[in-house]
Amino acid sequence: MFLWFHKLGSPPHFYRIAGRWIPWLLAIFAVLLLSGLYGGLFVAPPDYQQGESYRIIFIHVPSAWMSLFIYVVMAFCGVVVLVWRMKLAEVVLISSAPIGASFTFLALATGSLWGKPMWGTWWVWDARLTSELILLFLYLGVIGLHNAIDDKRIASRAVAILAIVGVVNIPIIHYSVEWWHSLHQGPTVTKFDKPSIHLSMLIPLLLMALAFKVYYVLTLFQSSRAELLKRERNSKWVEELSRGQ
Amino acid sequence: MTPARKKRLALIGLMLIGIAVGLTFALRALDENIMFFFTPTEVVDGKAPQNRLFRMGGLVVAGSVSRPGDGLTAQFDISDNDKQVTVKYTGILPDLFREGQGIIANGKLGEDGIFVAQEVLAKHDENYMPPEVAEAMKKTHETATGAN
Repeated sequence: MFLWFHKLGSPPHFYRIAGRWIPWLLAIFAVLLLSGLYGGLFVAPPDYQQGESYRIIFIHVPSAWMSLFIYVVMAFCGVVVLVWRMKLAEVVLISSAPIGASFTFLALATGSLWGKPMWGTWWVWDARLTSELILLFLYLGVIGLHNAIDDKRIASRAVAILAIVGVVNIPIIHYSVEWWHSLHQGPTVTKFDKPSIHLSMLIPLLLMALAFKVYYVLTLFQSSRAELLKRERNSKWVEELSRGQ
Repeated sequence: MTPARKKRLALIGLMLIGIAVGLTFALRALDENIMFFFTPTEVVDGKAPQNRLFRMGGLVVAGSVSRPGDGLTAQFDISDNDKQVTVKYTGILPDLFREGQGIIANGKLGEDGIFVAQEVLAKHDENYMPPEVAEAMKKTHETATGAN
């Protein structure tokens, strides 16, 4: 197990493995996305209160979940970067940031679009919305900090600290609707009780969540490979790779 | 794990604990400000601010919605199943506004105890179901309470 992990940590090995996985991930993503969208937009019935407008949850909720998940991945990579100085973790950390920022933006934007007709407002400064906005700024901070420092190994260490510090925001986002009175509703699926969503709506929601997860891994592999090539451009394996083609 | 790595891991752990503790205290101190709204009970007990805008949240009492006067102004009671406050609002109500639904009103408490809202927001709950299921649930609930 540890050996496998160690081997995966070597840049040329990861580069090869990730390249081999990309077409498969793309296929899985397409299947999940299409079945999730079909289930969500055509099969699932309208909601008893919100009618058709609730269907935005099939994008909104998976994006919001991904925005939290990717940040946790980044913080975990941050720990690996600081403690083990693993090059691949640096690459995964910084490659995740733009993807996470996009999902956060998508969650905020779709939530805002739904909020106008349902709540009666585009935006309120309640605990859930504000903490999610802070998450977006954390992602942008990670990207900005990484770009501000020329030596990418030093940049990675600085970014790792920011990623770890910011992870305290994640439980705040998740529990914000329980700790404080907020306009945003409480959790539907991720509670210990039975999910309070009908099965015909839950299945497409979970399909979409899986599709978004696969999409994350797919784009992560692609951008990590590009970042690896950029960082290792003077190494032997990249030289061999470019001569081979 | 080498001693250097152990030390770095411990440092990260300490850093996280420190931030978490500090943030907990900060958030607890700001509790009042992060709370998005007051409940009708808090308003009746005089815990809500006077002569200042604040938000009040609760359920619209069934059968309390009326439109006195020009038809643009709506008047209804908000309750938290304990105490209730009458709210007056002129403007467009959100889609989800209906009797029994949770709402949040932003406005001022008048001298007469009527809350004059400048903005009314609907608060959605976490339940999603098809209309037929909601209908069936209502029916079983009615027969269950009717039998008692």
